[in-house]
Amino acid sequence: MKTRSAIWLGSALFALTALGFTAQRVIAADKIDPATEAKAFQNFYFQKFPNVKHEDFVNGPYSMNEDMKRQWQEKEEFPPYEFALDAGKEMFATPFKNGKTYADCFPNGGIGIRQNYPYFDGKEGKVVTLELALNRCRAANGEEPYSYVKDEMASLTAYMAFTSRGKLMDIKIPDDPRALEAYENGKRYFYTRRGQMNFSCASCHVQSPGERIRAEILAPALGILNAMPIYRSEWSGMGTTSRRFITCNSQTRAVPLEPQSDEYRDVEYFLSYVANGLPISGPGARP
Amino acid sequence: MSTTMIGMRSLALVLLLTAAAAPARAASEADYKAAYAAAEAAAREAAGLRNQWTPTVSTLAAAKKAGDGGDFDRAVAAAKEAEALAKASIFQATSEKEAWKAMEIR
Ligand code: HEC
Repeated sequence: MKTRSAIWLGSALFALTALGFTAQRVIAADKIDPATEAKAFQNFYFQKFPNVKHEDFVNGPYSMNEDMKRQWQEKEEFPPYEFALDAGKEMFATPFKNGKTYADCFPNGGIGIRQNYPYFDGKEGKVVTLELALNRCRAANGEEPYSYVKDEMASLTAYMAFTSRGKLMDIKIPDDPRALEAYENGKRYFYTRRGQMNFSCASCHVQSPGERIRAEILAPALGILNAMPIYRSEWSGMGTTSRRFITCNSQTRAVPLEPQSDEYRDVEYFLSYVANGLPISGPGARP
Repeated sequence: MSTTMIGMRSLALVLLLTAAAAPARAASEADYKAAYAAAEAAAREAAGLRNQWTPTVSTLAAAKKAGDGGDFDRAVAAAKEAEALAKASIFQATSEKEAWKAMEIR
């Protein structure tokens, strides 16, 4: 409760001070250099949490709290996502009605490639996430798409993440102005305040990581997608990246966007790009 | 700074006026229809800016429910509240077009 009102007050004050600087920044209107920005993003966390090993940031709230981390390590012996993982593996191997499988839609048969998603697709001129690519694969093979927020999608992405564990996030921004624009749009979405509570993603995951909000410890934004999808006790099940974004929007009393809307695709692109070099740890388990 | 402050003050004003404007006489169906149409238009604009607030949607629904039930006093009050909420979200979306940059990690 205390922390929460502090976050509130803090962000209100921040908003007021921040607004004073806006005019200056507009004039500065610097050119976007994602590589430099990603470095600054990472350094912000490395300096704020000097005792957290860099590769540990991908473990969300567990990187922020030693007690929680111990509980989690015990839980990892019988991970609650195991069921989804087994289901995903089986689904991945089961042929569609036309005899093809998911492996036919992805580079390297879909194994060990999670770290390359989302990617910018030059043909479409947009960001393609793993969840989107999976449903496009289904559509291309005459199958109905899965819900972006339900178990089937979480199981498939859990399996694909698992085959990529330890591989370093490797998101490219090709030399295409539309790719840079997608990155920039994702960045803007991340920092833009919305909802009646006037919070941006950054209000929670940049300004307050490690702090408690209700019963939860806030994850740092650095590497925040590396563990997706996640099992959450609160959900009594798995959640996809789409589901997590929707939940986070609702928490600030903002009407969530449609799963895989341009904004969500772009913010995933931004957050994944700034996590380049950090290992994939998904699927994850959360309290 | 100054334009934003004016914006914030007028936002507060909108909220005050809304509270003050509670009608002394009983509201009619026509009052409700007018208030609801105004609220709906503001909510549509907020949705167009991709910045609808959940309380706008629920308050608009409450207005409709009260209106359908013939409780026009309540319906008008809820519609005006929904309109104020939608306008606040429009203000937020507009000011955030530049203000977001101040939060950026650099
Ligand atoms: C009101 C605070 C708040 C805001 C604003 C918020 N989140 Fe969250 N977010 C949470 C909480 C609480 C959790 C669950 C605990 C945790 O893992 O941080 C969470 C978890 C997440 C996770 C999963 C992290 C993990 O390791 O389990 C992702 C990804 C995420 N948020 C992304 C976003 C994005 C993108 C936005 C902006 C659209 C956003 N969040 C806005 C509170 C917030």
